[in-house]
Amino acid sequence: MREECDAMPKKVIQKFEVKFLEILGENGTCDENIKPQISSKVLLEMYKWMFLGRVFDNKMFSLQRQGKLGTFAQTKGHEAVQIGAAFALKKEDWLVPYFREQLITLIRDVPMENILMYYTGDERGQQYQKGWNVLPVCIPVATQLLHAVGMAWAFKLKKKKNVVLAFCGDGATSEGDFHEALNFASVFKVPVVFLCQNNQYAISVPLKKQTASETLAQKAIAYGMSSLKIDGNDIFAVYKGVKEAVELARKGKGPSFLECLTYRVTDHTTSDDASRYRPIKEVKIWEARDPILRLRKYLEKKKLWNKKKEGILYQDVQKKVNTAVKKAENVSAPSFEDMFRYTYKEMTAELKEELDYLKKVKNDEK
Amino acid sequence: MAKLSIVEAINLALRQEMKRDKSVLVLGEDVGVDGGVFRATEGLLKLFGKERVIDTPLSESGIIGTSIGLAIAGMKPVAEIQFDGFIYPGFDQLISHAARMRTRSRGAYSCPLVVRAPYAGGIKALEHHSESMEALYRHIPGLKVVIPSTPSDAKGLLISAIRDPDPVLFLEPKRLYRALREEVPEKEYLIPLGRSKIVQEGSDVTVVSYGASMHETKKALAELNEKFSIELIDVRTISPLDDETIITSVKKTGRCVIVHEGPRSCGLAAEIIARINEKALLSLKAPVVRVTGFDTVMPLAKLEWEYIPTVSRIKKAIFEVTAF
Repeated sequence: MREECDAMPKKVIQKFEVKFLEILGENGTCDENIKPQISSKVLLEMYKWMFLGRVFDNKMFSLQRQGKLGTFAQTKGHEAVQIGAAFALKKEDWLVPYFREQLITLIRDVPMENILMYYTGDERGQQYQKGWNVLPVCIPVATQLLHAVGMAWAFKLKKKKNVVLAFCGDGATSEGDFHEALNFASVFKVPVVFLCQNNQYAISVPLKKQTASETLAQKAIAYGMSSLKIDGNDIFAVYKGVKEAVELARKGKGPSFLECLTYRVTDHTTSDDASRYRPIKEVKIWEARDPILRLRKYLEKKKLWNKKKEGILYQDVQKKVNTAVKKAENVSAPSFEDMFRYTYKEMTAELKEELDYLKKVKNDEK
Repeated sequence: MAKLSIVEAINLALRQEMKRDKSVLVLGEDVGVDGGVFRATEGLLKLFGKERVIDTPLSESGIIGTSIGLAIAGMKPVAEIQFDGFIYPGFDQLISHAARMRTRSRGAYSCPLVVRAPYAGGIKALEHHSESMEALYRHIPGLKVVIPSTPSDAKGLLISAIRDPDPVLFLEPKRLYRALREEVPEKEYLIPLGRSKIVQEGSDVTVVSYGASMHETKKALAELNEKFSIELIDVRTISPLDDETIITSVKKTGRCVIVHEGPRSCGLAAEIIARINEKALLSLKAPVVRVTGFDTVMPLAKLEWEYIPTVSRIKKAIFEVTAF
């Protein structure tokens, strides 16, 4: 906060407050009066998706360590944010991810084998079908937020009811595109919801070095939009917060920003070593706040879940994941022609010449 | 047929495309109420309303980045960047996203958008208002780069750019905006992207240029046409580059001069020379000569005509290759 330089009286012309939403406590208890209306059936579905996400993430990690998968960013610990958000969307809504959203991408119909293909270095993994309504993985930080705003803008101009949910991380809030996106979204009042997975680290840089703001949520207030900080390991709070924001957007009431506080319990990516820059003690604290564990405790208290069911689920999920791994492994290698095919809708004469050259070289090598 | 300037021809193209296709919209800084600082979008707001002619915040990455989203979701954004020297905050969006979306999604998504920007010098402008950095964009796979030099080409090329299924950067030679007028057909017509134009046929020497430099090149030729039979080619689209027209001509003349305002090293001339070497080396009767800007920072008003290829430098080059 700015310190007062002198005693000159000044009128307060703007005040703001940041609200924090939490519903499900760490030990799985919650006030049923404020819990969002979610049927037991849907609750169990949510849990199963989170569980699948964790198993799939672990599988990807082990494949990476075996050298069968390239570098990727783990989703572990972000399950409540991604599944809570996914359940708050309608089928026609769009998802604009960055690169840590394997789980929400899965629930939006992208098959596991596509994700595996992509991270083996096969771009065909991102050849998404019509109706999945997901943009491809976006590696540059914060740039995708502007695409989300543009899409939401198009839906508004076409008088459609689709809402766009755009993900970013805490590091993204320092990029220029983050601010340009929030500004455009508010100025043109487009149906977009920005969801920041504040996992407190941008590779090695902790949040306190990333920004001098007390919260990330308050940055959005400056752009004139609704903003909320949410316990990101609490699936009820995420679901509720996203649902409200999405409905506001759908009603034409403009964009919202949601800061979902969570923690990156893993390395930044499989190429990183987080032990170089943060104490394991801190990780342990957050591991105890695991979002899946929290929902499981709640479900057990409600007698909706038990060890036996967990065992059956594990078997089932393992099978699904292994089937996807097999599918991905059995995909034929992409051909070199594929490199040229999608640069333009129609291959230019220049590219045809380059392709012919490569064909000839390959042929001569035979 | 009305005699129009380049800026009027661009305005006409925008009008006609916006009328034809409701998904076409224009966005940028001062493009609405003000009609653009060069008036290229004048009158559009009144005709098409503020939903389709949009004054945006001062935000180049915002303009290009949201245009990408608009295009993916089915609109046809024509974004104006006020001067190409201010495009760089949005350069990332062009190179990392607009040009790659089709490849990244293996054809599932595409970005059929146009970014218009005035380029090149000669108007005594402030710093960052006069550069010719077209070669930077030529290096971006997935992007098309169009540079007209006449009013009628500007109209036909812009209509093609708007209808193109891929992202197009449309660079407009700002010193020519009002410097010349010619008859431009009112009716709709398209000039295909990726085709050069033989402006004048000849047999002694091939002169290749485009955009801003076409004006000085034509002046130089007017002074030499009695001496030499000169073939003049306007490249028009630098990406993709129609080298066939150039190669055919060089095979005929055996001599070639290339003129552009952008910096010399790794400029378009370097690429054209490489292609001549690959495809017509044995037809050459003299080394190809290039007349270009320099590898210096574009100077301010007092020195800009030392930098810009002048009529005298172009003439000298033509004498050089013909006398070899």
